[in-house]
Amino acid sequence: MDLLAAGFVYLVAAVIAVPLAKRLGLGSVLGYLIAGVVIGPVLGVVGGETVDIQHFAEFGVVMMLFLVGLELQPAMLWRMRAQLLGLGGMQVLGSAVLIAAAALVFGVAWQASLALGMILALSSTAIVLQTLGEKGLMPTAGGKGSFSVLLTQDIAVIPMLALMPLLAVNAVAGGHDGHGDSGHGAPAADAHGHGHGAPTLFDTLPDWAQAVAVLLIIGGIIVAGRTVIRPVFRFIAEARLREIFTAAALMLVIGIALLMNYVGLSPALGTFLAGVVLSDSEYRHELESDIEPFKGLLLGLFFITVGAGIDFQLLLSNPVGLVGLALGLMALKAGVLYVLGTGFGLRGADRWLFSLGLAQAGEFAFVLFGFAAGAGILGAEVIKPMTLVVALTMLLTPLLFILYEKVLAPRAVRTEDRAADEIDEAGSIVVAGIGRVGQIITRMLVTNGHKVTVLDHDPETIENLSRIGFRAYYGDATRPDLLHSAGLEDAKLFIAALDDREKQTELVHHVAKTYPQVTIHARAHDRHHVYELERAGAHLAQRETFEGALAMGRDAMTAIGYHPFRAEAASRTFRNHDREALDGLRESWNEGGVSKSYIDAMRAHSQTLFELMKADRHDTHDRSERGWTPPPKGDASL
Amino acid sequence: MKALVYLAHPRPDRSEINAPMFEAARGIEGITCVDLYGEYPSFEIDVDHEQQRITEHDAIVFLHPLYWYSAPAMLKEWQDLVLEHGFAYGHAGHALDGKVTFNAVTCGAAAEAYTPEGANGAHLRDLLMPFEKTADLCRMRYLAPFALFGAGRAVEEGRDQPHLAEWRTLLKALRDDRLDIAAARAALSLNGFKAAGVAKLEAV
Repeated sequence: MDLLAAGFVYLVAAVIAVPLAKRLGLGSVLGYLIAGVVIGPVLGVVGGETVDIQHFAEFGVVMMLFLVGLELQPAMLWRMRAQLLGLGGMQVLGSAVLIAAAALVFGVAWQASLALGMILALSSTAIVLQTLGEKGLMPTAGGKGSFSVLLTQDIAVIPMLALMPLLAVNAVAGGHDGHGDSGHGAPAADAHGHGHGAPTLFDTLPDWAQAVAVLLIIGGIIVAGRTVIRPVFRFIAEARLREIFTAAALMLVIGIALLMNYVGLSPALGTFLAGVVLSDSEYRHELESDIEPFKGLLLGLFFITVGAGIDFQLLLSNPVGLVGLALGLMALKAGVLYVLGTGFGLRGADRWLFSLGLAQAGEFAFVLFGFAAGAGILGAEVIKPMTLVVALTMLLTPLLFILYEKVLAPRAVRTEDRAADEIDEAGSIVVAGIGRVGQIITRMLVTNGHKVTVLDHDPETIENLSRIGFRAYYGDATRPDLLHSAGLEDAKLFIAALDDREKQTELVHHVAKTYPQVTIHARAHDRHHVYELERAGAHLAQRETFEGALAMGRDAMTAIGYHPFRAEAASRTFRNHDREALDGLRESWNEGGVSKSYIDAMRAHSQTLFELMKADRHDTHDRSERGWTPPPKGDASL
Repeated sequence: MKALVYLAHPRPDRSEINAPMFEAARGIEGITCVDLYGEYPSFEIDVDHEQQRITEHDAIVFLHPLYWYSAPAMLKEWQDLVLEHGFAYGHAGHALDGKVTFNAVTCGAAAEAYTPEGANGAHLRDLLMPFEKTADLCRMRYLAPFALFGAGRAVEEGRDQPHLAEWRTLLKALRDDRLDIAAARAALSLNGFKAAGVAKLEAV
């Protein structure tokens, strides 16, 4: 079967299985895995090319790591340091040591045991984050703890990759030249430069130099990210071509992956680092939105290939042993997590979510198996069954989530007091458009200590704002995916302040429809635009020129000799009347244009206002000064 | 008696007594509660709306901290605008005749300061004379103030909860016409109803 036809089969399987799995409450990851099992081992539609497609699909992991990196602002990492080092660090260490010990008991060499321990200590970021997000469990204490651990694990991959070559020093002879057949057996084993036959830069280096090279390359990426990549993105953004920006984002990720392949390092590691470097850049949200769909699709493909690559022959040869191994691994990891969760104050449902959710082995295992095979640490006789075990733990994870949801969580909530949820910092605010209007609103909110995410499509404005210390992100705010990655579903307030009248209405309409829980305030061009925006779903629409014009009218009156307080009162009267008119005319207005009834109502209102102002000028009973006029002379009761 | 509680506090977020008192009043059925600073953040009081409101109620309570022996500016603005000639006073102004009114205030200084011998040289009721005279002019029935002294230390000293409980009892008694109005008008304070000679109140 050629690659195109195989791709078609994969997509068909995904399109059928994933929505079905989601409908049944199993989550998308299990859907992909099942789709893979069906087209692979069960129906036998795909087979030999699984390995080829997996090389391609592993790019999903690479992109996911880039996205995880993008989320990791150095400041946030620093804030989370206790959780990362304590909870995450102890999970990785504890699980790695125990798994290694177990492997030693099974008679595996110590280097290989250590490698296995490290590899299997990691959990599946893709499955867990996806599932927590889908089930809305991210904000719980268990969800937050899980996120910290996953983050630590993703970072821990770096030292692991650096350690692997050192473990190989005394390992199986002939392994680490990269041509040994240890890498060819497992479906995922040889994706990363090793084992492809082409010698990499790395293979020519002595082992100690490999570790040094890893560090040098990491440093290189950090420096290049700071000095080269950001200016390049600025240049591309100025061209204002959305597809070119997407192309540039892909180019960056693929480029780094290729470079890493060339030197013989993990592409996932490289892109992860690039993500961290770019995480506090103004292009973060746009990059996220551009890469996200590719990641999702490729990651899906990756899971399908995992399903398709399950070696049923092998499984059937020793079903009890392999399933037992998978269950044992999960029990061991869950045990470590349970103890740590207890130590870090997780109770009840949260503790169960934390320990069961992270008990599986992760997609990194496939990547690291490949690396370890290439370095000659692990042989096919270990990797083949272990790959199966990893896939089995992943298959079991959605079932554990179901167990948690249906059995453990309801019971735990009933029997144990849950600590009060942390109060979120006043809710976040997203401002779209940072032109003349958006800028003032944003400054006011930011100086009052609120977290504001700003989106704009003018690179120059963004650049200027970041120079004076504002966090603004480049991107077209009318793009649904950008709004999504700006965190609109968790936002309390959305302020639409685009210059373009039509785009503004369109934006409000989209946000109102997609995020019904978010309050929308919108800048309106004029009176009719107010009605348009209200109809599109804005909760509040302000004419952008109204208040400013009122202030100028008041100043004009003061300038020609009115007492300032009198001028202020007149502007208030005018404002109130105009607001009443706005309300009164709403019914008569329709989108097709102004009808006769609208014009009539408008006329009537102007007449009233004129009368009112005339009264203001001459009459004794002055509405705008009501209560500040003296009582009439000669009232007998005074 | 339909009662209306006006809160005049510019920083309810920093308030330890007034805000809880307002919340407590809000929780009582039959009491209308209005946060003046919340409703008119730019001091633009809707006079017609306010006049309508007080016309519809039989008792008007002003809940506020004591600022310079008076109320925060908003309440003064409310008086200046809402108590119009021809509405509240004057030959044709009879809208408020017979309505009951009093101040529920929090004071910074201790109770001893509010005596002829104390630092302020007068009883709180005497210091609030402008409110009383305004009520008289509007032909309303002015009651003694309901006060919490040393309000800044009330929470630390555990006096806030008893005060809130007494406040609830008072409002319910007012609502259910169980308050001896004549005695309450003659008293120095509405606190400790029994001591003030007001009808004995059971916790409702």
